[in-house]
Amino acid sequence: MKSSVIVFPGSNCDRDIAVALEKMQFKNQMVWHKETALPKSDLIVLPGGFSYGDYLRSGAIAGKSLIIDEVVKAANSGCLILGICNGFQILTETGLLKGVLLRNKNLKFINKDVHLKVVNNNTKFSNKYKKNQILKINIAHNEGNFFTDSKHMEELNKENLIAFKYCDKEGNLTEKSNPNGSLENIAGILNAKKNILGMMPHPERMIDEMISNKDGMNLFSSLLN
Amino acid sequence: MKFSVTVTLKTDVLDPQGKVVENTLVDMGMKNLKNVRQGKYFQIDIDESDQSTAEKKIDEMCYKLLVNLIIEDYKINKI
Repeated sequence: MKSSVIVFPGSNCDRDIAVALEKMQFKNQMVWHKETALPKSDLIVLPGGFSYGDYLRSGAIAGKSLIIDEVVKAANSGCLILGICNGFQILTETGLLKGVLLRNKNLKFINKDVHLKVVNNNTKFSNKYKKNQILKINIAHNEGNFFTDSKHMEELNKENLIAFKYCDKEGNLTEKSNPNGSLENIAGILNAKKNILGMMPHPERMIDEMISNKDGMNLFSSLLN
Repeated sequence: MKFSVTVTLKTDVLDPQGKVVENTLVDMGMKNLKNVRQGKYFQIDIDESDQSTAEKKIDEMCYKLLVNLIIEDYKINKI
């Protein structure tokens, strides 16, 4: 499976995701944001970081970069797109995913391992997980507070477009286990065609028992499935 | 021709920064304070002599980049 990781000035999880993809036998290429053509890819990843220093709004400037037109075209023709953290913010700024990521409710940058519940395991990104499986995955963001209008919220629930939710270690979706104030504890959502996933947590940081755990690995093996 | 653009969060969107500023002002003894909302301000100089054409251009800049219409409102003023 061929993957491309888009690199913006200020991306800082681009190499982590490349390591994860290569570990899982993806044939990966890094693509600089000023490129106007994409290599043939089955998966495009918008990595985490602080593209353009989060100027204007997180992801706003990256969302207008040259390569984004190609990413949008690829997305519309069914290519799989994964946006992690700043990548999720970029996806909402481009309109590939609806909604917006507001500043964390407590106004603080949060960097910690949190528990997630796999809400939908019937997707290209999550089919190797069990439904309602509880994962421990790292988050590191300042703007991860997912917000959207009630019509979109209804669509997310009705069409089963919520991939992951924040929960406690028993899997309860409580306010206390919601680190950033996201609507309905949302940590990751899909578009209507389910070929685009945006998520704030970092699965690429959870692929090695030595430094964390392996809870992120099944996301990548799902993609290969 | 110079314009100002003021961007603020929509009234139904929580503005935690504005809230913190508000609480601090109250703590500092600023009485009668009802509400503080924090926003962004842009000054834009555009090489255009016709005001309505210029305003259209500024409006386009707003909805294409400067403003996220899901959560923000904006006002354009000639300065």
